[in-house]
Amino acid sequence: MQPIIRAHDLSKRYRLGRDESYHTLRESIARSVGAPARMARAILSGASPAGAGRAPERHVWALRDVSFDVMPGEVLGLIGRNGAGKSTLLKVLSRITEPTAGRVEIYGRVGSLLEVGTGFHLELSGRENIFLSGAILGMTRAEIQRKFDEIVAFAEVEKFVDTPVKHYSSGMHVRLGFSVAAHLEPEILLVDEVLAVGDAAFQKKCLGKMGDVARAGRTIIFVSHNMAAIESLCSSCLLINAGRLEARGEPAQIAMRYLAAELRGAGGARSLADHPGRRGDSVPAMTSIRLFCEGPQPSGVVRMGAPLRATVEFRAPHPIRPVLGLNLRTAEGASLFGVSNRWTNEGIDAPRISHGTITCAFDSLPLMPGTYQLDVYLGDFGDPSRDLDVIRDAISFEVIPADLLGTGILPNSGSGPIFWTARWINGSAA
Amino acid sequence: MITQLTALEHRTQSAACTPAKHADAPAAPHVVIEAGRGSLGGALIELWRHRELLYFLTWRDVKLRYKQTALGILWAVMQPLLMMLVFTALFGRLAHVPSDGVPYPIFAFAGLVPWQFFQTAVSQSGASLVGNAQLVTKVYFPRMAIPGAAAGAALVDFAIAAALLFAMMAWYGIAPGLGLALFPALVALLAIFACACGLWIAAINVKYRDVKYALPFVLQFWMFATPVIYPVNFVPATWRWLLLLNPLTGIIGGFRAALLNRPFDWAAIAVATALTLGGAAYAAWSFRRMERDFADVI
Repeated sequence: MQPIIRAHDLSKRYRLGRDESYHTLRESIARSVGAPARMARAILSGASPAGAGRAPERHVWALRDVSFDVMPGEVLGLIGRNGAGKSTLLKVLSRITEPTAGRVEIYGRVGSLLEVGTGFHLELSGRENIFLSGAILGMTRAEIQRKFDEIVAFAEVEKFVDTPVKHYSSGMHVRLGFSVAAHLEPEILLVDEVLAVGDAAFQKKCLGKMGDVARAGRTIIFVSHNMAAIESLCSSCLLINAGRLEARGEPAQIAMRYLAAELRGAGGARSLADHPGRRGDSVPAMTSIRLFCEGPQPSGVVRMGAPLRATVEFRAPHPIRPVLGLNLRTAEGASLFGVSNRWTNEGIDAPRISHGTITCAFDSLPLMPGTYQLDVYLGDFGDPSRDLDVIRDAISFEVIPADLLGTGILPNSGSGPIFWTARWINGSAA
Repeated sequence: MITQLTALEHRTQSAACTPAKHADAPAAPHVVIEAGRGSLGGALIELWRHRELLYFLTWRDVKLRYKQTALGILWAVMQPLLMMLVFTALFGRLAHVPSDGVPYPIFAFAGLVPWQFFQTAVSQSGASLVGNAQLVTKVYFPRMAIPGAAAGAALVDFAIAAALLFAMMAWYGIAPGLGLALFPALVALLAIFACACGLWIAAINVKYRDVKYALPFVLQFWMFATPVIYPVNFVPATWRWLLLLNPLTGIIGGFRAALLNRPFDWAAIAVATALTLGGAAYAAWSFRRMERDFADVI
């Protein structure tokens, strides 16, 4: 069997913005005066005006010599840190942007799903948007007509097909967008992180639909940060790091490798200024999070049963009496437990401040070795109705084995994420 | 800011190199993505394959244009009509600008209808790529469809305004002659010229938003430099050749000749045709070259 996608030495170079600081006023004026002439020359020669008369630029390789084959019917997961080049690779494969070097051969029709609701217009009704978005994603009119009822039913918007989309709830909007895309029938489907939106029930439905698509024998390339989804859907996985293909193999193995690398990089401290996990309606008040284990330096590695402190620094738009909530989850995303001083009233009489830190201290963490993630919630005692800033997967850390039982024997790794102790009392038959 | 650097191409199967001759050779790829130069022919074939999308985008633009306006599609006729009234008062009545022997209002309106189409098409398609940045960065289809659809939507306005023009001709008792047979060809020529300008401006606008500020001024100036509200012979004979360098001179002159039963200026139409076709080829070629950077620059 021959591959359906064959990528050979793909590279993509971006130019970082030129240095805008002119050294002298004269130089700056000379540049402005010369600019129209240079621009005119560039435009008339038909060259991309991008390169017209610029100071030397710095470049960054978003992709570097990436080669891989994808077989028909394969579901390929694509993982890597933010900025590693995953999205650039999808954009090159879907022909939105062109590679700087290299070559891709694609033996089939490609549908790309890089956002939910591509081409939607808020002023148009649901029905009109189905046709518009369908056509933009590459469906023919006959195809859309045939699948119309199915699309509407999957999105659960039967009653609102003729209502302008601007009156939809955000959930309905997302469902309709995904539904149109899910009914595309290309031989190759490129999907970017779209499952990160919508409520849990709909996410499950989306994963189910992707599974159906995969079982129907179509080829999927799927970018996600959700390792559980990668492991359950994909037959193979690529790890991309700094534009290069770092590893390819079994999804579970590659996911482990990625999480471990992620952890070393994080080192127990992370800026929260531009965190991708921040919930949409959040005020970006939290600026950083640091984890401390037994020493004075932040650490992303915690010994089993050791104390852990999480310190969040914040800069709020108005003075607050800070409330810090933490929700602890496994690497696969399952919630373990949550803590919050909202429930204990600790700090309810603290002075209001708009800039400071709040620390949550665990005397000992009852966790088995493995990777864990923290969701953080920053609130205000003055406003019990909602949290100010919410970040999912704000930071992750690793729990390493320790001989807590004093026997050198650890509980079975299959016994779950929680480490707990108990006592045993022997009795004799009375 | 991040911008893309190098140039590349997509070739569709039809534009790819000769198929392999061996019987056991693998099937030719559906799409090859690699660095290189875009072929214009390939682009036009692809645009043709996406004609349904072109239709949907045009339909969207028409639908959205007058959404939430009280007068709706009436605006399509209001604009040239109001301009005609203003110019009739200013130039026809006060300044006594000659009008080739037909009443000034109909003379002006027959020029303003095609001009208004040109202006709407160029300004709408010029802004279209930037206005649809979300599409450009998230999905692939031939980029020419976006400015093309914007110009197509302007054509709908034009059809309505042209209907009013015919009604006015009936009112004034002006019957078109045999020249009317050329009317569709002139509309096609005007549409091609408007598309060419719109395509080129849309592509430049992606990188240089200066266009947004310069374009209204340029179009205003262009209208007065074109015999829209005055006849060609209003300009001194020694300078008339300069008017001919503007394809709209020949096209709008042709419009009046076809509709108002006046003699055609064949030389002007020939020059306009040559300039339009040359301009369209250049605009399409130039668009293909600038297109490579759109997703990265927009």
